[in-house]
Amino acid sequence: MIEKLIYYLGFPFVRYALLVGVLIALCTSLLGVTLVLKRYSMIGDGLSHVAFGATAVASVFQIVSDTYITLPVTVICAVILIRSGKNTRLKGDAAIAMLSVGALAIGYLLLNVFSTSANLSGDVCSTLFGSTSILTLSRSDVALCMVLSVVVLAVFLLFYNKLFAITFDEDFSRATGVKAEQYNLLIAVITAVVIVIAMNLVGALLISALIIFPAISSMRLFKNFRAVVISSACIAVFCALVGILISILAGTPVGSTIVTAYIVLFAGIEIFGLITGGK
Amino acid sequence: MSLISCKDLELAYEGRCIASGLNFQVEEGDYLCIVGENGSGKSTLMKTLLGLKDYSRGIITFGGGLRPDAIGYLPQQTEVQRDFPASVNEVVLSGCLNRCGIRPYYNRQEKEAASRNMERLGIEALARRCYRELSGGQQQRVLLARALCAADRLLVLDEPVSGLDPHATADLYSLIESLNKEDNMTIIMVSHDIGAAVRYGTKILHVSSRPLFFGKTEAYLDSEVGKIYTAKAGVVS
Repeated sequence: MIEKLIYYLGFPFVRYALLVGVLIALCTSLLGVTLVLKRYSMIGDGLSHVAFGATAVASVFQIVSDTYITLPVTVICAVILIRSGKNTRLKGDAAIAMLSVGALAIGYLLLNVFSTSANLSGDVCSTLFGSTSILTLSRSDVALCMVLSVVVLAVFLLFYNKLFAITFDEDFSRATGVKAEQYNLLIAVITAVVIVIAMNLVGALLISALIIFPAISSMRLFKNFRAVVISSACIAVFCALVGILISILAGTPVGSTIVTAYIVLFAGIEIFGLITGGK
Repeated sequence: MSLISCKDLELAYEGRCIASGLNFQVEEGDYLCIVGENGSGKSTLMKTLLGLKDYSRGIITFGGGLRPDAIGYLPQQTEVQRDFPASVNEVVLSGCLNRCGIRPYYNRQEKEAASRNMERLGIEALARRCYRELSGGQQQRVLLARALCAADRLLVLDEPVSGLDPHATADLYSLIESLNKEDNMTIIMVSHDIGAAVRYGTKILHVSSRPLFFGKTEAYLDSEVGKIYTAKAGVVS
């Protein structure tokens, strides 16, 4: 098995896949802690469907590099969602659900009516679940993904303390002069960017897993913010590596294999918690 | 010069005027209690003073070197905080954020300020504990320490004892009193507990659709509205 692995790692596209996968998992996990604690996890889910819709539109117009369509559309939707969900929690919830199924339905409809592709259901399936597309990444895809990941990481490191403050208590932060509105906007934009780059890895439907699982698993293990953030990052990198390697060796779809790795780890932590009698 | 003075202030909530003609001043060393029934606009007034809400008419002036973003605020607990993984130290330190500006991390002075304030409130032993696992009274002390980090002249407290048991309530009130008397901290407390308001406050602002009373506590107890409300609350003066 080791030999087989070394053989595969000899190919540049496999190394790209590993690198991109780990970077994406890292970004989504860092962001996930904030999103889960701010009760924004559903926004991440909604946005991934929007990204699917945008990809469908891009493919109808036969735009090769669909990121240039998907990214701006998703960013705009993220900003609208975070703005509207602030005051009216319940309406915001419904708005997200509407946007999310709406984008899904219209995306599929457009693809069906206008698509020129010979293998429509294969295309849809790979946009939704990621399939093997990560193994066919080009050099420019990898470069774009790396740049975006570095930006996300830098933002997270530079604004770590501010993000903690507005996540823990937005009113207090605003009262003491932190521009919470701007940071919420920043979170919205980063979420959109991360979702668009993550779609290459796991597909639209499974992105929420990358956002939610590492954060929730870490919160079972640790009781302070810094430890939760660090552990999320570690869990994400570990599961992404394991998931991608298994998918290469066993020929399984990348996205669902990574998510399965997350689920197994989460279940393990839960069982460990039950045995040791933790809360 | 007054720390805060409000002139003909009018407050609106979702476009509807809820209180108007508010005139009052907060002086250095005051312990001002804002009382009134639910929906009378006392929370809105507090949020307006903190700059969280806009007001529709009137003037608020900050004097005596008070920076509007250096007011220590003790908010009510939110739903998010109930399962938030944060250590006491992290929460208290986040009160220093308004001193950082664009600097991304806390410096030594800010860390010292945080531990000094934890010591002042007797929670230094809890520094590494998880915030959500503390008792209600301990959590309020943590948030109070954070408020002290943000400001050292004026504290604004929003229903600080709601949800606390009688013992923790008495503890917190005497802690606030000592901050006011010994550290010369100016206090603005929003409360529906009128008994505590007249016992601890040196000044009372009673808001309703129109301001019912502003002045010293003794005068409030003698006033028409003060007599009615303290009698309702069963306060023996």
